[in-house]
Amino acid sequence: MQPFIALAPSFLLTIGILIPFIVAIFYSFTDRTLRSSAFNIIGIGNFVDTFTSPDFWHSVSITLGYAFWATGIEMVLGLGIALLLNEENWLSKFLRLVLIFPLMVAPVIGALVWQLMTNPSVGILRFPLSWIGLGGFRWSADPNYALFSVVLIDIWIYTPFVVILALAGLRSLPKSPYEAALIDGGSAWFIFRNLTLPMLAPVLLIALIFRLMTSLQEFAIIFASTRGGPGDRTLSVAIAAYSQAFSFYNLAGSIPMLLFLWAFIYAVCFILISYWRKAQKSHCERCRL
Amino acid sequence: MKQEGNALGGLGSAAKTVLLILYALFALFPLLWMLILSFKPDSEMFTTTFIFTPTLENFRAVFAESDFLRTLWNNLVVSVLAVGLSLVAGVPAAYALGRFDFKGKEDIAFTFLSFKFAPEILVIIPLYLIYQQLHLIDSIVGLVWVYQLISLPLLIWILRGFFEDLSKDMAAAAQLDGYSWWQVFFKMLLPLVKPGLVAAGLLCFIFCWNSFTFALLLGGGNTRTSTVSMTRFLASDTVHYGWVAAAALICALPEIILALLIQKHLVRGLSFGVVKG
Repeated sequence: MQPFIALAPSFLLTIGILIPFIVAIFYSFTDRTLRSSAFNIIGIGNFVDTFTSPDFWHSVSITLGYAFWATGIEMVLGLGIALLLNEENWLSKFLRLVLIFPLMVAPVIGALVWQLMTNPSVGILRFPLSWIGLGGFRWSADPNYALFSVVLIDIWIYTPFVVILALAGLRSLPKSPYEAALIDGGSAWFIFRNLTLPMLAPVLLIALIFRLMTSLQEFAIIFASTRGGPGDRTLSVAIAAYSQAFSFYNLAGSIPMLLFLWAFIYAVCFILISYWRKAQKSHCERCRL
Repeated sequence: MKQEGNALGGLGSAAKTVLLILYALFALFPLLWMLILSFKPDSEMFTTTFIFTPTLENFRAVFAESDFLRTLWNNLVVSVLAVGLSLVAGVPAAYALGRFDFKGKEDIAFTFLSFKFAPEILVIIPLYLIYQQLHLIDSIVGLVWVYQLISLPLLIWILRGFFEDLSKDMAAAAQLDGYSWWQVFFKMLLPLVKPGLVAAGLLCFIFCWNSFTFALLLGGGNTRTSTVSMTRFLASDTVHYGWVAAAALICALPEIILALLIQKHLVRGLSFGVVKG
Protein backbone atom coordinates (compact mmCIF):
# COMPACT_ATOMS: atom_id res chain seq x y z
CA MET A 1 0.00 0.00 0.00
CA GLN A 2 2.82 2.39 0.91
CA PRO A 3 4.27 2.75 -2.60
CA PHE A 4 0.87 3.79 -3.90
CA ILE A 5 0.48 6.50 -1.28
CA ALA A 6 3.90 7.80 -2.33
CA LEU A 7 2.88 7.76 -5.99
CA ALA A 8 -0.47 9.47 -5.38
CA PRO A 9 0.64 13.13 -5.59
CA SER A 10 2.39 12.58 -8.92
CA PHE A 11 -0.65 10.77 -10.25
CA LEU A 12 -2.95 13.60 -9.20
CA LEU A 13 -0.74 16.14 -10.96
CA THR A 14 -0.52 14.16 -14.17
CA ILE A 15 -4.20 13.28 -14.26
CA GLY A 16 -4.58 16.99 -14.88
CA ILE A 17 -2.70 16.29 -18.10
CA LEU A 18 -4.46 13.03 -18.97
CA ILE A 19 -7.92 14.59 -18.77
CA PRO A 20 -7.12 17.16 -21.49
CA PHE A 21 -5.82 14.30 -23.59
CA ILE A 22 -9.19 12.54 -23.39
CA VAL A 23 -10.96 15.86 -23.97
CA ALA A 24 -8.86 16.31 -27.11
CA ILE A 25 -9.90 12.91 -28.47
CA PHE A 26 -13.54 13.79 -27.77
CA TYR A 27 -13.33 17.15 -29.55
CA SER A 28 -11.72 15.55 -32.60
CA PHE A 29 -15.17 14.08 -33.38
CA THR A 30 -16.82 17.52 -33.21
CA ASP A 31 -16.64 20.84 -35.06
CA ARG A 32 -15.42 22.76 -32.00
CA THR A 33 -13.61 26.02 -32.81
CA LEU A 34 -11.36 28.03 -30.57
CA ARG A 35 -13.75 30.96 -30.44
CA SER A 36 -17.15 29.54 -29.65
CA SER A 37 -17.97 26.89 -27.10
CA ALA A 38 -20.94 25.60 -29.11
CA PHE A 39 -20.25 22.48 -31.14
CA ASN A 40 -21.88 19.54 -32.92
CA ILE A 41 -20.69 15.97 -33.02
CA ILE A 42 -19.76 15.24 -36.63
CA GLY A 43 -18.19 11.79 -36.42
CA ILE A 44 -14.96 11.01 -38.19
CA GLY A 45 -15.15 13.96 -40.59
CA ASN A 46 -12.05 15.67 -39.19
CA PHE A 47 -9.99 12.52 -39.56
CA VAL A 48 -11.17 11.98 -43.16
CA ASP A 49 -10.44 15.63 -44.02
CA THR A 50 -6.98 15.49 -42.47
CA PHE A 51 -5.83 12.19 -43.90
CA THR A 52 -7.07 13.00 -47.42
CA SER A 53 -5.47 16.44 -47.47
CA PRO A 54 -2.23 16.80 -49.46
CA ASP A 55 -1.23 19.66 -47.12
CA PHE A 56 -1.21 17.28 -44.19
CA TRP A 57 1.01 14.75 -45.97
CA HIS A 58 3.29 17.61 -47.02
CA SER A 59 3.66 18.50 -43.33
CA VAL A 60 4.36 14.86 -42.53
CA SER A 61 7.14 14.83 -45.12
CA ILE A 62 8.61 18.05 -43.65
CA THR A 63 8.50 16.56 -40.16
CA LEU A 64 10.14 13.32 -41.31
CA GLY A 65 12.77 15.22 -43.29
CA TYR A 66 13.55 17.46 -40.34
CA ALA A 67 13.79 14.55 -37.89
CA PHE A 68 15.78 12.36 -40.28
CA TRP A 69 18.43 14.92 -41.17
CA ALA A 70 18.70 16.48 -37.72
CA THR A 71 18.87 13.16 -35.85
CA GLY A 72 21.07 11.47 -38.45
CA ILE A 73 23.68 14.21 -38.58
CA GLU A 74 23.64 14.68 -34.80
CA MET A 75 24.24 10.96 -34.22
CA VAL A 76 27.15 10.68 -36.67
CA LEU A 77 28.73 14.03 -35.75
CA GLY A 78 28.14 13.47 -32.04
CA LEU A 79 29.75 10.04 -32.06
CA GLY A 80 32.71 11.35 -34.07
CA ILE A 81 33.29 14.25 -31.70
CA ALA A 82 32.95 11.95 -28.68
CA LEU A 83 35.65 9.66 -30.12
CA LEU A 84 37.90 12.68 -30.63
CA LEU A 85 37.23 14.00 -27.14
CA ASN A 86 37.88 10.66 -25.43
CA GLU A 87 41.47 11.56 -24.68
CA GLU A 88 43.19 13.17 -21.75
CA ASN A 89 44.72 16.38 -23.00
CA TRP A 90 44.00 20.00 -22.19
CA LEU A 91 42.00 20.65 -25.37
CA SER A 92 39.67 17.67 -24.80
CA LYS A 93 39.25 18.57 -21.15
CA PHE A 94 38.41 22.18 -21.97
CA LEU A 95 36.04 21.29 -24.80
CA ARG A 96 34.19 18.70 -22.71
CA LEU A 97 33.42 21.56 -20.36
CA VAL A 98 32.26 24.19 -22.85
CA LEU A 99 30.68 22.16 -25.66
CA ILE A 100 27.51 21.63 -23.62
CA PHE A 101 26.70 25.35 -23.72
CA PRO A 102 24.53 25.21 -26.87
CA LEU A 103 22.52 22.41 -25.26
CA MET A 104 21.87 24.38 -22.08
CA VAL A 105 20.78 27.56 -23.82
CA ALA A 106 17.02 27.67 -24.56
CA PRO A 107 16.21 26.39 -28.09
CA VAL A 108 14.47 29.71 -28.72
CA ILE A 109 17.70 31.53 -27.94
CA GLY A 110 19.54 29.13 -30.22
CA ALA A 111 17.17 30.08 -33.02
CA LEU A 112 17.65 33.81 -32.27
CA VAL A 113 21.43 33.53 -32.12
CA TRP A 114 21.46 31.87 -35.53
CA GLN A 115 19.30 34.66 -36.85
CA LEU A 116 21.95 37.08 -35.60
CA MET A 117 24.57 34.95 -37.39
CA THR A 118 22.74 34.67 -40.72
CA ASN A 119 21.09 38.08 -40.81
CA PRO A 120 21.93 39.83 -44.12
CA SER A 121 22.88 43.11 -42.38
CA VAL A 122 24.48 42.15 -39.04
CA GLY A 123 25.21 38.44 -39.55
CA ILE A 124 28.87 37.54 -39.45
CA LEU A 125 28.34 34.68 -41.89
CA ARG A 126 27.78 37.11 -44.76
CA PHE A 127 31.56 37.65 -45.01
CA PRO A 128 32.81 34.09 -45.54
CA LEU A 129 29.86 33.46 -47.85
CA SER A 130 30.67 36.47 -50.02
CA TRP A 131 34.31 35.35 -50.29
CA ILE A 132 33.17 32.12 -51.89
CA GLY A 133 30.66 33.90 -54.11
CA LEU A 134 27.53 33.13 -52.10
CA GLY A 135 27.01 36.69 -50.92
CA GLY A 136 23.30 36.61 -51.65
CA PHE A 137 22.60 33.40 -49.71
CA ARG A 138 19.39 34.00 -47.80
CA TRP A 139 19.37 31.05 -45.39
CA SER A 140 15.92 30.44 -43.94
CA ALA A 141 14.36 33.08 -46.23
CA ASP A 142 15.34 31.02 -49.29
CA PRO A 143 12.58 28.45 -49.96
CA ASN A 144 15.12 25.88 -51.14
CA TYR A 145 17.37 26.16 -48.08
CA ALA A 146 14.89 27.01 -45.32
CA LEU A 147 14.62 23.45 -43.99
CA PHE A 148 18.40 23.10 -44.14
CA SER A 149 18.82 26.34 -42.16
CA VAL A 150 16.42 25.22 -39.45
CA VAL A 151 17.93 21.73 -39.26
CA LEU A 152 21.32 23.42 -38.83
CA ILE A 153 20.05 25.13 -35.66
CA ASP A 154 18.79 21.79 -34.35
CA ILE A 155 22.21 20.25 -35.07
CA TRP A 156 23.93 23.13 -33.31
CA ILE A 157 21.80 22.69 -30.19
CA TYR A 158 21.56 18.91 -29.89
CA THR A 159 24.86 17.49 -31.16
CA PRO A 160 26.37 18.03 -27.68
CA PHE A 161 23.59 15.81 -26.29
CA VAL A 162 24.83 12.88 -28.40
CA VAL A 163 28.44 13.79 -27.59
CA ILE A 164 28.06 13.61 -23.82
CA LEU A 165 26.01 10.39 -23.92
CA ALA A 166 28.47 8.72 -26.30
CA LEU A 167 31.39 9.92 -24.16
CA ALA A 168 29.83 8.40 -21.06
CA GLY A 169 29.40 5.16 -22.98
CA LEU A 170 33.00 5.20 -24.23
CA ARG A 171 34.34 5.74 -20.76
CA SER A 172 32.47 2.78 -19.33
CA LEU A 173 33.87 0.32 -21.90
CA PRO A 174 35.93 -2.54 -20.48
CA LYS A 175 39.60 -2.49 -21.42
CA SER A 176 40.44 -6.18 -21.77
CA PRO A 177 38.76 -6.82 -25.16
CA TYR A 178 40.83 -3.99 -26.60
CA GLU A 179 44.06 -5.42 -25.28
CA ALA A 180 43.17 -8.77 -26.85
CA ALA A 181 42.28 -7.12 -30.16
CA LEU A 182 45.54 -5.20 -30.17
CA ILE A 183 47.53 -8.37 -29.67
CA ASP A 184 45.67 -9.85 -32.65
CA GLY A 185 46.68 -6.77 -34.60
CA GLY A 186 43.20 -5.50 -35.57
CA SER A 187 43.05 -2.22 -37.46
CA ALA A 188 41.53 0.85 -35.80
CA TRP A 189 38.46 0.61 -38.04
CA PHE A 190 38.09 -3.15 -37.40
CA ILE A 191 38.21 -2.58 -33.64
CA PHE A 192 35.71 0.26 -33.84
CA ARG A 193 33.31 -1.71 -36.05
CA ASN A 194 33.47 -4.99 -34.12
CA LEU A 195 34.14 -3.91 -30.55
CA THR A 196 33.36 -0.28 -29.80
CA LEU A 197 30.18 0.11 -31.84
CA PRO A 198 28.39 -3.04 -30.55
CA MET A 199 29.32 -2.20 -26.97
CA LEU A 200 28.17 1.40 -27.41
CA ALA A 201 24.87 0.30 -28.98
CA PRO A 202 22.72 0.67 -25.83
CA VAL A 203 23.89 4.23 -25.16
CA LEU A 204 23.60 5.21 -28.82
CA LEU A 205 20.08 3.79 -28.96
CA ILE A 206 19.10 5.90 -25.96
CA ALA A 207 20.51 8.98 -27.67
CA LEU A 208 18.63 8.06 -30.85
CA ILE A 209 15.34 7.55 -28.99
CA PHE A 210 15.57 10.92 -27.25
CA ARG A 211 16.64 12.74 -30.39
CA LEU A 212 13.87 11.26 -32.53
CA MET A 213 11.29 11.90 -29.84
CA THR A 214 12.22 15.58 -29.61
CA SER A 215 12.92 16.33 -33.26
CA LEU A 216 9.66 14.78 -34.48
CA GLN A 217 7.69 17.17 -32.26
CA GLU A 218 10.03 20.16 -32.49
CA PHE A 219 8.10 23.40 -32.24
CA ALA A 220 10.20 26.12 -30.59
CA ILE A 221 13.14 26.11 -33.02
CA ILE A 222 10.95 26.20 -36.14
CA PHE A 223 8.51 28.70 -34.67
CA ALA A 224 11.22 31.11 -33.57
CA SER A 225 13.13 30.96 -36.84
CA THR A 226 10.62 30.58 -39.70
CA ARG A 227 7.10 29.98 -38.29
CA GLY A 228 6.73 27.31 -40.98
CA GLY A 229 7.68 29.57 -43.86
CA PRO A 230 8.67 30.67 -46.41
CA GLY A 231 5.36 29.41 -47.80
CA ASP A 232 5.03 25.95 -46.33
CA ARG A 233 8.67 24.91 -46.66
CA THR A 234 9.21 24.30 -42.94
CA LEU A 235 5.58 23.69 -41.99
CA SER A 236 5.98 20.60 -39.81
CA VAL A 237 2.97 18.78 -38.36
CA ALA A 238 3.34 20.54 -34.99
CA ILE A 239 3.51 23.99 -36.61
CA ALA A 240 0.66 23.19 -39.03
CA ALA A 241 -1.55 22.04 -36.14
CA TYR A 242 -0.67 25.20 -34.21
CA SER A 243 -1.72 27.44 -37.07
CA GLN A 244 -4.92 25.41 -37.67
CA ALA A 245 -5.92 25.83 -34.03
CA PHE A 246 -4.62 29.28 -33.16
CA SER A 247 -4.60 31.16 -36.49
CA PHE A 248 -7.61 29.59 -38.21
CA TYR A 249 -9.41 28.68 -34.94
CA ASN A 250 -10.11 25.23 -36.42
CA LEU A 251 -9.47 23.53 -33.11
CA ALA A 252 -11.17 20.20 -33.82
CA GLY A 253 -9.50 19.94 -37.21
CA SER A 254 -6.02 20.25 -35.73
CA ILE A 255 -6.37 17.32 -33.33
CA PRO A 256 -6.26 14.42 -35.85
CA MET A 257 -2.87 15.70 -37.07
CA LEU A 258 -1.51 15.74 -33.55
CA LEU A 259 -2.95 12.34 -32.66
CA PHE A 260 -1.24 10.97 -35.78
CA LEU A 261 2.05 12.57 -34.74
CA TRP A 262 1.68 11.26 -31.19
CA ALA A 263 0.92 7.70 -32.34
CA PHE A 264 3.85 7.81 -34.73
CA ILE A 265 6.31 8.98 -32.06
CA TYR A 266 4.95 6.40 -29.63
CA ALA A 267 5.34 3.57 -32.15
CA VAL A 268 8.87 4.58 -33.19
CA CYS A 269 10.04 4.93 -29.59
CA PHE A 270 8.38 1.68 -28.56
CA ILE A 271 10.20 -0.27 -31.28
CA LEU A 272 13.53 1.39 -30.46
CA ILE A 273 13.10 0.78 -26.74
CA SER A 274 12.62 -2.95 -27.35
CA TYR A 275 15.81 -2.92 -29.45
CA TRP A 276 17.54 -1.11 -26.62
CA ARG A 277 16.47 -3.78 -24.11
CA LYS A 278 17.92 -6.48 -26.40
CA ALA A 279 21.14 -4.54 -26.95
CA GLN A 280 21.55 -3.99 -23.25
CA LYS A 281 21.13 -7.70 -22.52
CA SER A 282 23.78 -8.76 -25.04
CA HIS A 283 25.97 -5.89 -23.82
CA CYS A 284 25.94 -7.31 -20.30
CA GLU A 285 26.77 -10.81 -21.53
CA ARG A 286 29.79 -9.33 -23.18
CA CYS A 287 30.79 -7.62 -19.96
CA ARG A 288 30.83 -10.89 -18.10
CA LEU A 289 33.24 -12.45 -20.58
CA MET B 1 40.11 4.94 -22.16
CA LYS B 2 43.03 5.01 -24.48
CA GLN B 3 42.85 5.83 -28.12
CA GLU B 4 43.28 2.21 -29.27
CA GLY B 5 39.52 1.75 -29.32
CA ASN B 6 39.11 4.73 -31.51
CA ALA B 7 37.89 4.50 -35.10
CA LEU B 8 39.74 7.73 -35.64
CA GLY B 9 42.89 6.21 -34.16
CA GLY B 10 44.41 6.17 -37.62
CA LEU B 11 44.17 9.93 -37.83
CA GLY B 12 47.21 11.94 -36.90
CA SER B 13 46.86 13.95 -33.72
CA ALA B 14 47.20 17.17 -35.73
CA ALA B 15 44.21 16.21 -37.88
CA LYS B 16 42.22 15.37 -34.76
CA THR B 17 43.01 18.74 -33.23
CA VAL B 18 41.95 20.54 -36.39
CA LEU B 19 38.64 18.64 -36.53
CA LEU B 20 37.95 19.37 -32.87
CA ILE B 21 38.72 23.05 -33.28
CA LEU B 22 36.45 23.25 -36.32
CA TYR B 23 33.58 21.75 -34.35
CA ALA B 24 34.34 23.96 -31.34
CA LEU B 25 34.15 26.98 -33.64
CA PHE B 26 30.76 25.83 -34.93
CA ALA B 27 29.47 25.19 -31.39
CA LEU B 28 30.86 28.24 -29.64
CA PHE B 29 31.16 31.02 -32.20
CA PRO B 30 27.41 31.75 -32.34
CA LEU B 31 27.45 32.36 -28.59
CA LEU B 32 30.53 34.53 -28.93
CA TRP B 33 28.77 36.49 -31.69
CA MET B 34 25.82 37.04 -29.35
CA LEU B 35 28.26 38.32 -26.71
CA ILE B 36 29.92 40.67 -29.22
CA LEU B 37 26.65 42.10 -30.53
CA SER B 38 25.37 42.69 -27.00
CA PHE B 39 28.19 45.20 -26.40
CA LYS B 40 27.97 46.84 -29.82
CA PRO B 41 26.32 50.28 -30.04
CA ASP B 42 23.45 50.71 -32.51
CA SER B 43 25.45 53.28 -34.47
CA GLU B 44 28.21 50.79 -35.26
CA MET B 45 25.95 47.76 -35.66
CA PHE B 46 26.03 47.68 -39.46
CA THR B 47 29.45 49.21 -40.13
CA THR B 48 31.85 47.24 -37.92
CA THR B 49 32.53 43.60 -37.19
CA PHE B 50 34.96 42.90 -34.35
CA ILE B 51 36.46 46.30 -33.63
CA PHE B 52 34.09 48.87 -32.14
CA THR B 53 33.59 50.98 -29.03
CA PRO B 54 31.94 48.66 -26.51
CA THR B 55 28.89 49.98 -24.69
CA LEU B 56 26.51 48.86 -21.97
CA GLU B 57 23.70 50.81 -23.63
CA ASN B 58 22.01 47.63 -24.93
CA PHE B 59 21.76 46.19 -21.44
CA ARG B 60 20.43 49.45 -20.04
CA ALA B 61 17.87 49.72 -22.83
CA VAL B 62 16.67 46.14 -22.47
CA PHE B 63 15.91 46.73 -18.81
CA ALA B 64 14.73 50.34 -18.97
CA GLU B 65 12.85 50.50 -22.28
CA SER B 66 11.15 47.12 -22.39
CA ASP B 67 9.38 44.85 -19.94
CA PHE B 68 12.21 42.33 -20.13
CA LEU B 69 12.99 42.51 -16.42
CA ARG B 70 9.39 41.64 -15.57
CA THR B 71 9.42 38.68 -17.95
CA LEU B 72 12.67 37.45 -16.40
CA TRP B 73 10.98 37.63 -13.03
CA ASN B 74 7.93 35.75 -14.35
CA ASN B 75 10.17 33.04 -15.75
CA LEU B 76 11.98 32.72 -12.44
CA VAL B 77 8.76 32.52 -10.40
CA VAL B 78 7.08 29.99 -12.68
CA SER B 79 10.18 27.81 -12.99
CA VAL B 80 10.99 27.80 -9.27
CA LEU B 81 7.40 27.01 -8.28
CA ALA B 82 7.19 24.30 -10.94
CA VAL B 83 10.37 22.60 -9.75
CA GLY B 84 9.24 22.97 -6.12
CA LEU B 85 5.92 21.27 -6.87
CA SER B 86 7.72 18.55 -8.81
CA LEU B 87 10.03 17.91 -5.87
CA VAL B 88 7.14 17.61 -3.41
CA ALA B 89 5.24 15.19 -5.64
CA GLY B 90 8.12 13.52 -7.42
CA VAL B 91 10.52 12.60 -4.62
CA PRO B 92 8.09 10.16 -2.93
CA ALA B 93 7.16 8.73 -6.32
CA ALA B 94 10.81 8.20 -7.23
CA TYR B 95 11.33 6.59 -3.81
CA ALA B 96 8.46 4.16 -4.38
CA LEU B 97 9.63 3.30 -7.90
CA GLY B 98 13.27 2.97 -6.91
CA ARG B 99 13.04 1.06 -3.64
CA PHE B 100 9.92 -1.10 -3.77
CA ASP B 101 8.89 -4.04 -5.88
CA PHE B 102 5.23 -4.12 -6.68
CA LYS B 103 2.99 -5.21 -9.50
CA GLY B 104 2.91 -2.88 -12.48
CA LYS B 105 5.90 -0.87 -11.28
CA GLU B 106 7.60 -0.70 -14.67
CA ASP B 107 4.30 0.19 -16.34
CA ILE B 108 3.77 3.07 -13.93
CA ALA B 109 7.30 4.34 -14.46
CA PHE B 110 6.86 4.08 -18.22
CA THR B 111 3.56 5.97 -18.03
CA PHE B 112 5.34 8.94 -16.48
CA LEU B 113 7.98 8.83 -19.21
CA SER B 114 5.42 8.45 -21.99
CA PHE B 115 4.08 11.96 -21.37
CA LYS B 116 7.18 12.99 -23.29
CA PHE B 117 5.89 11.25 -26.42
CA ALA B 118 2.94 13.61 -26.72
CA PRO B 119 3.62 16.75 -28.79
CA GLU B 120 3.30 19.79 -26.54
CA ILE B 121 0.63 21.29 -28.79
CA LEU B 122 -1.55 18.20 -28.34
CA VAL B 123 -1.65 18.92 -24.60
CA ILE B 124 -1.96 22.67 -25.04
CA ILE B 125 -5.06 22.74 -27.28
CA PRO B 126 -7.48 20.94 -24.92
CA LEU B 127 -5.80 22.49 -21.90
CA TYR B 128 -6.44 25.90 -23.41
CA LEU B 129 -10.19 25.20 -23.36
CA ILE B 130 -10.08 23.86 -19.81
CA TYR B 131 -7.99 26.82 -18.63
CA GLN B 132 -10.46 29.19 -20.29
CA GLN B 133 -13.25 27.79 -18.14
CA LEU B 134 -11.16 27.73 -14.96
CA HIS B 135 -9.78 31.24 -15.70
CA LEU B 136 -6.25 29.86 -15.63
CA ILE B 137 -5.09 31.31 -18.95
CA ASP B 138 -2.28 33.79 -18.31
CA SER B 139 -1.97 32.75 -14.67
CA ILE B 140 1.04 31.59 -12.67
CA VAL B 141 -0.93 28.59 -11.35
CA GLY B 142 -1.81 27.49 -14.86
CA LEU B 143 1.78 27.62 -16.06
CA VAL B 144 3.18 25.92 -12.97
CA TRP B 145 0.71 23.09 -13.47
CA VAL B 146 1.48 22.51 -17.14
CA TYR B 147 5.23 22.79 -16.46
CA GLN B 148 4.86 19.58 -14.47
CA LEU B 149 4.90 17.86 -17.85
CA ILE B 150 8.45 19.13 -18.30
CA SER B 151 9.86 18.63 -14.83
CA LEU B 152 7.96 15.80 -13.13
CA PRO B 153 8.85 12.87 -15.47
CA LEU B 154 12.46 14.06 -15.60
CA LEU B 155 12.74 14.34 -11.83
CA ILE B 156 11.06 10.99 -11.12
CA TRP B 157 13.26 9.13 -13.58
CA ILE B 158 16.57 10.67 -12.50
CA LEU B 159 15.87 10.26 -8.80
CA ARG B 160 14.56 6.75 -9.23
CA GLY B 161 18.02 5.79 -10.50
CA PHE B 162 19.69 7.40 -7.49
CA PHE B 163 17.38 5.55 -5.09
CA GLU B 164 18.07 2.24 -6.89
CA ASP B 165 21.80 2.75 -6.41
CA LEU B 166 21.51 2.79 -2.62
CA SER B 167 22.07 -0.50 -0.86
CA LYS B 168 18.88 -2.31 0.12
CA ASP B 169 20.41 -3.86 3.25
CA MET B 170 20.94 -0.48 4.84
CA ALA B 171 17.29 0.47 4.86
CA ALA B 172 16.34 -3.03 6.00
CA ALA B 173 18.73 -2.76 8.94
CA ALA B 174 17.26 0.61 9.88
CA GLN B 175 13.77 -0.82 9.73
CA LEU B 176 14.82 -3.66 12.05
CA ASP B 177 16.06 -1.03 14.46
CA GLY B 178 12.48 0.16 14.71
CA TYR B 179 12.55 2.99 12.19
CA SER B 180 9.27 3.50 10.37
CA TRP B 181 8.96 3.68 6.60
CA TRP B 182 8.96 7.46 6.66
CA GLN B 183 11.79 7.72 9.15
CA VAL B 184 13.97 5.53 6.95
CA PHE B 185 13.11 7.80 4.08
CA PHE B 186 13.73 11.14 5.76
CA LYS B 187 16.59 10.28 8.10
CA MET B 188 18.58 7.90 5.95
CA LEU B 189 17.81 7.84 2.26
CA LEU B 190 17.07 11.48 1.63
CA PRO B 191 20.45 12.71 2.92
CA LEU B 192 22.16 10.03 0.82
CA VAL B 193 20.51 11.07 -2.44
CA LYS B 194 20.88 14.76 -1.73
CA PRO B 195 23.57 15.42 -4.39
CA GLY B 196 21.38 13.70 -6.96
CA LEU B 197 18.36 15.60 -5.73
CA VAL B 198 20.10 18.95 -6.15
CA ALA B 199 21.34 18.03 -9.63
CA ALA B 200 17.91 16.77 -10.72
CA GLY B 201 16.22 19.87 -9.36
CA LEU B 202 18.63 22.20 -11.12
CA LEU B 203 18.27 20.34 -14.41
CA CYS B 204 14.49 20.55 -14.12
CA PHE B 205 14.89 24.26 -13.49
CA ILE B 206 17.01 24.66 -16.63
CA PHE B 207 14.37 22.90 -18.73
CA CYS B 208 11.50 24.91 -17.23
CA TRP B 209 13.42 28.14 -17.70
CA ASN B 210 14.12 27.19 -21.34
CA SER B 211 10.60 26.14 -22.19
CA PHE B 212 8.75 28.19 -24.73
CA THR B 213 5.61 26.63 -26.19
CA PHE B 214 3.55 26.33 -23.00
CA ALA B 215 4.32 29.91 -21.96
CA LEU B 216 3.66 31.20 -25.48
CA LEU B 217 0.18 29.71 -25.78
CA LEU B 218 -1.09 29.39 -22.21
CA GLY B 219 0.58 32.52 -20.85
CA GLY B 220 -0.20 36.12 -21.74
CA GLY B 221 0.59 39.71 -20.89
CA ASN B 222 0.74 39.12 -17.14
CA THR B 223 2.80 35.94 -17.14
CA ARG B 224 4.94 36.38 -20.24
CA THR B 225 8.25 34.63 -19.67
CA SER B 226 11.62 35.81 -20.93
CA THR B 227 11.85 33.12 -23.63
CA VAL B 228 8.58 34.38 -25.11
CA SER B 229 9.44 38.06 -24.82
CA MET B 230 12.75 37.46 -26.57
CA THR B 231 11.07 36.45 -29.83
CA ARG B 232 9.15 39.72 -29.73
CA PHE B 233 12.33 41.80 -29.88
CA LEU B 234 13.01 40.49 -33.38
CA ALA B 235 9.41 40.78 -34.49
CA SER B 236 9.11 44.49 -33.70
CA ASP B 237 9.35 47.04 -36.52
CA THR B 238 12.65 48.66 -35.60
CA VAL B 239 14.87 45.77 -34.64
CA HIS B 240 17.62 46.60 -32.17
CA TYR B 241 19.93 43.67 -32.75
CA GLY B 242 22.02 44.71 -29.77
CA TRP B 243 18.95 44.43 -27.54
CA VAL B 244 18.19 40.95 -28.85
CA ALA B 245 21.75 39.87 -28.15
CA ALA B 246 21.82 41.45 -24.68
CA ALA B 247 18.49 39.90 -23.70
CA ALA B 248 19.54 36.48 -25.02
CA LEU B 249 22.80 36.72 -23.11
CA ILE B 250 21.07 37.62 -19.84
CA CYS B 251 18.64 34.74 -20.30
CA ALA B 252 21.36 32.23 -21.21
CA LEU B 253 23.94 33.09 -18.55
CA PRO B 254 22.22 31.51 -15.50
CA GLU B 255 21.73 28.27 -17.39
CA ILE B 256 25.35 28.05 -18.40
CA ILE B 257 26.42 28.59 -14.80
CA LEU B 258 23.94 25.99 -13.50
CA ALA B 259 25.05 23.52 -16.18
CA LEU B 260 28.65 23.85 -15.03
CA LEU B 261 27.56 23.25 -11.44
CA ILE B 262 25.80 19.97 -12.21
CA GLN B 263 28.24 18.76 -14.85
CA LYS B 264 28.96 15.53 -13.00
CA HIS B 265 25.32 14.46 -13.14
CA LEU B 266 24.53 15.77 -16.59
CA VAL B 267 24.75 12.45 -18.44
CA ARG B 268 22.38 10.79 -16.03
CA GLY B 269 20.06 13.76 -16.04
CA LEU B 270 19.84 14.25 -19.78
CA SER B 271 19.15 10.56 -20.37
CA PHE B 272 16.39 10.49 -17.73
CA GLY B 273 18.58 8.37 -15.47
CA VAL B 274 18.88 5.60 -18.06
CA VAL B 275 22.60 6.10 -18.71
CA LYS B 276 24.53 6.26 -15.46
CA GLY B 277 27.42 8.53 -16.33
